[in-house]
Amino acid sequence: MSDTPAQTVPFVRDTMLPPAPPPASQAGALRWLRENLLSGPLNIALTLLGIGAVWYLLQGIVPWLAHSVWSADNLTQCRQIITDRWGEGATGACWAVIRERWTQFLFGFYPQHLYWRPTLAFALLFVALAPVLFARVPKKLLWFSVAYPFVAFWLLWGGSLFLPLTVAAGFGLGWAAFALLHRFGTIPAVAAAVLLPVLWWLLFAGDLSRDLTGLVGREVPFWLEQVRSDKFGGFVLAITIGVAGIALSLPLGIMLALGRQSDMFLIKTLAVSFIEFIRGVPLITLLFTASLLLNYFLPPGTTFDIILRVIIMVTLFAAAYIAEVIRGGLAALPRGQYEAADALGLDYWKAQRLIILPQALKISIPGIVSTFIGMFKDTTLVVFVGLLDPLKGITDAVRASTDWKGIYWEPYIFVGAIFFIFNFAMSRYSMHLERRLKTDHRQE
Amino acid sequence: MSEVIDRRIDRSHMQVSDEVAIQISRMNKWYGSFHVLRDIDMTVHKGERIVICGPSGSGKSTLIRCINRLEEHQSGKIVVDGIELTSDLKNINKVRSEVGMVFQHFNLFPHLTILENCTLAPIWVRKTPKREADEVAMHFLKKVKIPEQAHKYPGQLSGGQQQRVAIARSLCMKPRIMLFDEPTSALDPEMIKEVLDTMIELAEEGMTMLCVTHEMGFAQAVANRVIFMDQGQIVEQNEPAEFFRNPRSDRTKLFLSQILGH
Repeated sequence: MSDTPAQTVPFVRDTMLPPAPPPASQAGALRWLRENLLSGPLNIALTLLGIGAVWYLLQGIVPWLAHSVWSADNLTQCRQIITDRWGEGATGACWAVIRERWTQFLFGFYPQHLYWRPTLAFALLFVALAPVLFARVPKKLLWFSVAYPFVAFWLLWGGSLFLPLTVAAGFGLGWAAFALLHRFGTIPAVAAAVLLPVLWWLLFAGDLSRDLTGLVGREVPFWLEQVRSDKFGGFVLAITIGVAGIALSLPLGIMLALGRQSDMFLIKTLAVSFIEFIRGVPLITLLFTASLLLNYFLPPGTTFDIILRVIIMVTLFAAAYIAEVIRGGLAALPRGQYEAADALGLDYWKAQRLIILPQALKISIPGIVSTFIGMFKDTTLVVFVGLLDPLKGITDAVRASTDWKGIYWEPYIFVGAIFFIFNFAMSRYSMHLERRLKTDHRQE
Repeated sequence: MSEVIDRRIDRSHMQVSDEVAIQISRMNKWYGSFHVLRDIDMTVHKGERIVICGPSGSGKSTLIRCINRLEEHQSGKIVVDGIELTSDLKNINKVRSEVGMVFQHFNLFPHLTILENCTLAPIWVRKTPKREADEVAMHFLKKVKIPEQAHKYPGQLSGGQQQRVAIARSLCMKPRIMLFDEPTSALDPEMIKEVLDTMIELAEEGMTMLCVTHEMGFAQAVANRVIFMDQGQIVEQNEPAEFFRNPRSDRTKLFLSQILGH
């Protein structure tokens, strides 16, 4: 009996096979159709049903869009034009309402002669974002990104130039205190960096700003016409809250996520309670708290801008979600990354900044951007605290006018389309960023 | 047994001095209620090449991870390069920047290039100017024979290359002591040799090394002392020739017969 079966013959390959091309593709339109749509009786039925559904929808929408009217003074006139052109019973979109009221959707009740200010602030937003978002933009522009919040504040609300300047000086003071005291240890440096600016804002900033304004008078380079918060509305409001919320909630979310992972009991407990509390209540509850309850807690007579309050609440809300998203990213990192950073002698903050967070944030990009998109859409909820959001606040205002009473789809489609543009852009950017940061499997 | 070591070892610089590099006395460690390390006493002199072996779960990795305090010990004393390891973070980071560590799974930073992996700690811990750090990094990358990969990412390298980068990354901190935690266990057989060669070169230059490894060929060729651990204790230690020819304890004999005899 032999170990090998009888038919096995010793074999040695003497020539290696060259790689051969794959079999020529048999794909064609018909083949694709058959495989994807008509592969069996059930699929044939479903395909037909799908075509029917699409046909039914298009039948309603296409004529309505085709019969669009772009200029009319009011809804009655608009409907008259449609009836005249396409006969009795014809439906059509009345975009004339957008043509007449688009400024209101964009600017709310912001004074008309000052429209240039939010427009300029919006344009500058892209300049400020460029160095943050794109690697190829020179990093020196980051200085403008740092200054942008103060510039935008001044442009949007107006008033004295010295108010944003003294507020900014507070941040400068904190930074200087940190830089000077850093050598004496992290704790005194951080304490000074927090306390000094707060004292500055509470005790000196207001008076200094007022005195300086009094000194130079309400002249143009130092003074812009003031616009009160209740004049804000539409997309100026949504974008102000959205951008501020996004910019503030990311760092706060990172700190919360790190806090939740901390070994220190007190910090961990604070972070966990904060996150669980904020995620546990609806955003509207927080907004109501911001608009009503805060007045009870603040000393009487304090005026605390409603938009600022809403921004704080939206920020806290988004930060709690972002913290959890980032915690997922942190948990996905192998322990070896922490150990390698430790073994090289990096301290906690350097390890986080250079090793852990760049990787954890990269993993969390889709979740973070989802949270941002959700938050931007949630800015429409400010209608419940009396602010004029674009979706309901402004749309209701338009529909309440005698001219456009009864109009329904067009304003919502317009507002929806603008939201879509912003959110789709964010979504595409996040995909771009994921591709750019992809360093793990470059051999493709 | 030593088919992976195919060259003469240059012993002219391998000198053990009287100076103590690591002093461990009556050190104990528990994971919860599990007693991982029991009464470890160990003195490592400058220039020693020590191989630690033992069955899995014997505490050998934990022991060297205690030396740079990736693991905390609960009693006893560890003094590294004259600095006692306590909960004082400053001391810990000082020790860590003097002690290089190479891991089983390399633990390179995947978001940084090979060069950035090597210059990160010198720049941020040692405050070396970037240009100088780049030069030092290239020097060590040449030494581990992969300078041409400097601008690639770890994910593009083979396991053996990654482990050599990890060694170069540790060397860039100019450590006095190197710890190796099963550096070849995660590698394909044909890549083990290139990593061992790098380690041998390091030994030839007189580096103080502690290696947890099952590469007995390496132990025989390079080590001046082999330590066998079991159940959290040092069971036997001897110079390699004696250790392999004449194991004294039954546990050592059993272990050696299992990994060497086939």
